[in-house]
Amino acid sequence: MNFELTEERQMLQDTLRRFLKDRYTTEVRNKILDSDVGMSADIWNELAELGVIGALFTEDQGGFGGMGFDIAVVFEELGRAGVVEPFLDGALLCGRILAHAGQADKVEAIIGGTLQLALAHGEPTSRYDLNYVQTTAKGNVINGRKAVVMNAEAVDTLIVSARTSGGAADEDGITLFAVDKDAKGLMIQGYALLSGGRAAEVTLDNVEGTMIGEEGKGFALLETAYAAATVAQCAETLGAMHTATNLTKEYLMTRKQFGRPIGTFQALAHRMADLLIEMEQATSAVTRAAGFLEEDARTRDMNIHAAKNLMGRAGRLVSEEAIQMHGGIAMTQEYELAHIAKRITMADHRFGDTDHHLEKFIALSAA
Amino acid sequence: MDLNYTDEELAFRDEVRAFFEEKLKPELAEKVRLGTGLSKEDMEGWHATLNAQGWLVPNWTKEFGGAEWNAVQRHIFDEESARYDAPRTVPFGFSMLAPVLHKFGSKEQNDYWLPRMLNGDDWWCQGYSEPGAGSDLASLKTKAVREGDHYIVNGQKTWTTLGQHANMIFCLVRTDSTVKNQEGISFLLIDMDTPGVEVRPIILLDGTHEVNEVWFTDVKVPVANLVGEENKGWTYAKYLLTHERTNIAGVGYSQAGIATVKRIAKAEMAGGKPLMQNPLFAARVAQVEVDLMAMATTNLRIISKAAEGAAPGVEASMLKVKGTIIRQEINDLARRAVGVYAMPFASEMVEGTNEPLPDPHDAGPLAAHYFNNRKLSIFGGSNEIQRGIIAKVTMGG
Repeated sequence: MNFELTEERQMLQDTLRRFLKDRYTTEVRNKILDSDVGMSADIWNELAELGVIGALFTEDQGGFGGMGFDIAVVFEELGRAGVVEPFLDGALLCGRILAHAGQADKVEAIIGGTLQLALAHGEPTSRYDLNYVQTTAKGNVINGRKAVVMNAEAVDTLIVSARTSGGAADEDGITLFAVDKDAKGLMIQGYALLSGGRAAEVTLDNVEGTMIGEEGKGFALLETAYAAATVAQCAETLGAMHTATNLTKEYLMTRKQFGRPIGTFQALAHRMADLLIEMEQATSAVTRAAGFLEEDARTRDMNIHAAKNLMGRAGRLVSEEAIQMHGGIAMTQEYELAHIAKRITMADHRFGDTDHHLEKFIALSAA
Repeated sequence: MDLNYTDEELAFRDEVRAFFEEKLKPELAEKVRLGTGLSKEDMEGWHATLNAQGWLVPNWTKEFGGAEWNAVQRHIFDEESARYDAPRTVPFGFSMLAPVLHKFGSKEQNDYWLPRMLNGDDWWCQGYSEPGAGSDLASLKTKAVREGDHYIVNGQKTWTTLGQHANMIFCLVRTDSTVKNQEGISFLLIDMDTPGVEVRPIILLDGTHEVNEVWFTDVKVPVANLVGEENKGWTYAKYLLTHERTNIAGVGYSQAGIATVKRIAKAEMAGGKPLMQNPLFAARVAQVEVDLMAMATTNLRIISKAAEGAAPGVEASMLKVKGTIIRQEINDLARRAVGVYAMPFASEMVEGTNEPLPDPHDAGPLAAHYFNNRKLSIFGGSNEIQRGIIAKVTMGG
């Protein structure tokens, strides 16, 4: 066993941490949050140049990483800095789908930072179930509604899932399509998100698309891409939790009430200790999920479900306790922790929440 | 023992219900239900409606236009307010300052300020916390120096709730720096239109503007605006903090919150079935409901004691801690229930422009409320301070 990062990953981590510390300050991010587009194209390009996207893909695909640990290193750093640019959806999630569907030219464009995509998969009644698709396609003509589609307004092309056969909850019969943003019958209603960035409701009224991969076999593409995306989400949350605990530690040591640093009150000191214990748990859960991403599906999924469940619980504890131990200051928008706490909490609403993954874990563990 | 309301209490409840049904406008109730934020006019309008009924200030004596309700009546009113989604009155004048004036203020102060409060002539806010004086409130530094018929006030208050609407602020100020912290504090009423007063907004993490910083630079305050005696302000402040004790547990809010969670969870689908039928989620809801049922009775037990005239002791601190834990847990359930629709930022909703959200359950800005209500365990004496009080009172030291 070896828990050290490889030299390359260590370098990537150092580079990203330095860059984001200098360039992605609270002030810079708050400006991005206030902007109409909710992201910075400059930041996207600069991070792409530093290899943030390339690290998410294998050499065969045109990248220089692509393993679970590469994903974890990248997203932990993005999480520490509370980055709102949609690398997870626009690059990793959509890129994985296209890579596995054999669309090498598109993947190259993603790695180069010139192509961003949005995945329109979840629906208003699908909650966190990956298999639940009611949007339909006859031939290549799609009808339906997609819920909270990340980054939909900013991209040229959407990947849309639709049912070409089977019942609403069947894994078989889901087909993926590339849909041009200007396609006739496509309606995109955008809004800002609580934790930064933008999403949209997407309505498809007889919209023409181009099939991606094989007809009816979209689930397998979604499943592997979601596995990687869930690892990324867990790593991002871990990074954000590091920032939350670091800010809290610092605050407890410097904020004075009753003539002494409040961290010297045992009531708070013990709670800080509990957070640090949970941070170790979270680190291990993410390490496992990342390390087993390339294993067989059962091992992979057990560890991903375990990690997402644990991150949901530990994340809630860390964000709530960090706010509570800070007091009022953490409730203000301009304080770094406010954004970080929102990132941590909202992560529980992506790729399945604590309970969803507990159920999935039970199904595998009890089998 | 009898766990039911008496006939008299039931009759009172019917009267309260009839009032809400007749006088509470559906548009206003809708805003409260969705949590879309009330305008100053909304709040002042509701105050006027209550005042016309004689119910604006249930805690005041009849002499000054109060209803003189006992604690159980006030509890019934709070409970029904939550059930009908009625707005809450803004407490700073009616429930916080008025009892202090009543007990420690001069006759002139009572005769002048109390009727103005009822008429809505003044909007009061509270100047207690400072950047360096939060949990350790007595370490406050805002200074008032006597010069002839005036005090000259310099310093800064913070977390001033709805200070942007206010024209008057009651403040704790330091009038003697040579004695123990608690012994050099005075209680001053300050007109916010006086030169040198500046209100700066604080935007909270859910995008709302409900609190402010209030800065004082050489602000002249007439000595007539000193309440009680100079340097006795801490006694008055403590009285204020311990006086307003009904509704500290927020039982009505929690009951309304559970109803909202269930409504959403019956509509939200998970795995082809309503979320409410999901065993993990149902267990979460049931767990909170069990706690809430017990706390509602704890609340009533304590209230009945208070109705008999007993001073609330550590029970108030206990209710604050348990009440806020339960309310926050319900906020957490609500944001869980809506799934991916917790993510849209409902700032427009919060600010009150009625922009519809994509959420199919018409649930309003639930995740924003989850974050906003993290304040419940921080303000009004944080839960850590309350636990300290409970421990100190029961174990000494």
